[in-house]
Amino acid sequence: MRNLFNFILKHYFFFLFVLLQVVAFMLIVQNNTYHRSFFINSTNLLAGNIYSLQSNVRGYFNLQSINRQLVIENETFRNQQASSFLKTDQTIFTFHDTLHQRQFTYINARVINNSVRDRNNYITLNKGRMQGVKPDMGVITHNGVVGIVKDVSNNFSSVLSTLHSDIQISAKLTKNNQLGTVLWEGYDYRKATMLYIPPHLELEVGDSIITSGFSHIFPENVFIGTISDYEIRRGDNFYTIEIDLACDFNSLENVYVVKNIFREELDMLESESRSLIR
Amino acid sequence: MIEYSTLKQTGRFIIILGIQILILNQIHLGGYITPFFYPLFILLLPFQTKGYVVLLLAFFTGLAVDMFSNSLGMHAAATLFMAFFRPGIIRLLSIKTEFEPEVEPRIHVMGKVWILTYTVMLIFIHHLSLFLIEVFRFYELGEILAKTIISAGFSVIIIMLTHFLMGSARKT
Repeated sequence: MRNLFNFILKHYFFFLFVLLQVVAFMLIVQNNTYHRSFFINSTNLLAGNIYSLQSNVRGYFNLQSINRQLVIENETFRNQQASSFLKTDQTIFTFHDTLHQRQFTYINARVINNSVRDRNNYITLNKGRMQGVKPDMGVITHNGVVGIVKDVSNNFSSVLSTLHSDIQISAKLTKNNQLGTVLWEGYDYRKATMLYIPPHLELEVGDSIITSGFSHIFPENVFIGTISDYEIRRGDNFYTIEIDLACDFNSLENVYVVKNIFREELDMLESESRSLIR
Repeated sequence: MIEYSTLKQTGRFIIILGIQILILNQIHLGGYITPFFYPLFILLLPFQTKGYVVLLLAFFTGLAVDMFSNSLGMHAAATLFMAFFRPGIIRLLSIKTEFEPEVEPRIHVMGKVWILTYTVMLIFIHHLSLFLIEVFRFYELGEILAKTIISAGFSVIIIMLTHFLMGSARKT
């Protein structure tokens, strides 16, 4: 026994190293499975506040381009306003619009932390539970899909970016409504991959890809990107399509969190009918 | 004397981590290469620092960087590897192994070539283990090696520049 103690004491450097390394790897494994590290995570309050301070300072440098973007959006909304349509028929009034029931609402949020260089990338937003953000809501920007909310704290939320190995987005081709899946294989933050398009279809570089809306996370017809290259890999039954992502993940600033009002109803219905079949 | 050196190390820790988190973490050369500057804190510890102190400091330095990078444990593990190999590499590179208590591995003590070799070897170990841990399911080894060499190059350049800046500040 004493020899054992002596041995450990003599080689304490090595044993301490192994001990600390085990702790570090436990942290890594735990973090990869749960993403629920309340303590040390950029959603926590200290890091969150430092990041919002930093993003406040950085925000000034982008004011010009953001103003331009806002003007364009304002223009779009103005065009949709009732007052910008000419009334041709004064005898018909709508009391209760049953044709257009509202399905999606949008919460605007600011990106306070973002990464594009890792294999699994995360985005932190400055809106959380108190502002109505919940896990599994979609996040989009004015020109494309951004990601899906993973965790929320009271005032911040952590988003799995499209550039994450756990994210697969149900998507379709605009020109023939063919359904596929968009995912990210790493390497380049401007490119993504689309799978499961059958090979008898004709594709062209430049065809656009939009969300299908089948997952109830994103609305239908949100732009994802355009085809930049496609091939059928040897032994595959489907196209492997390379996409130019529309959204520039390296310069994210303002995003919208999408809330689907009928989400719970749809999920419940679908899981019920699935369990009946089995 | 002890209090002064503790104070100095604390200040250095805050400055180095601040530079890493607030400035360098925002740089992504060519899309995904970020220079890592914070290993400098471990590189600069005095030669005669006790082994367990080096290991614990390495662990907590890595953990602090992890807190701000959403990569809990990865930087901690990589920095630990680096700290573990540090005594061996110092023994490998220098003829004498006994130093005055407060002597640090700096250019005016050890010379440019020694510091460069020492930095390159330890930074390579750090980056290689970091990238291996980060992607341990996805990439080919060649991919990791290429990323390690390019990233380590940038990190070494920044660390060597800092050495030169610190050296001139000491003389005046």
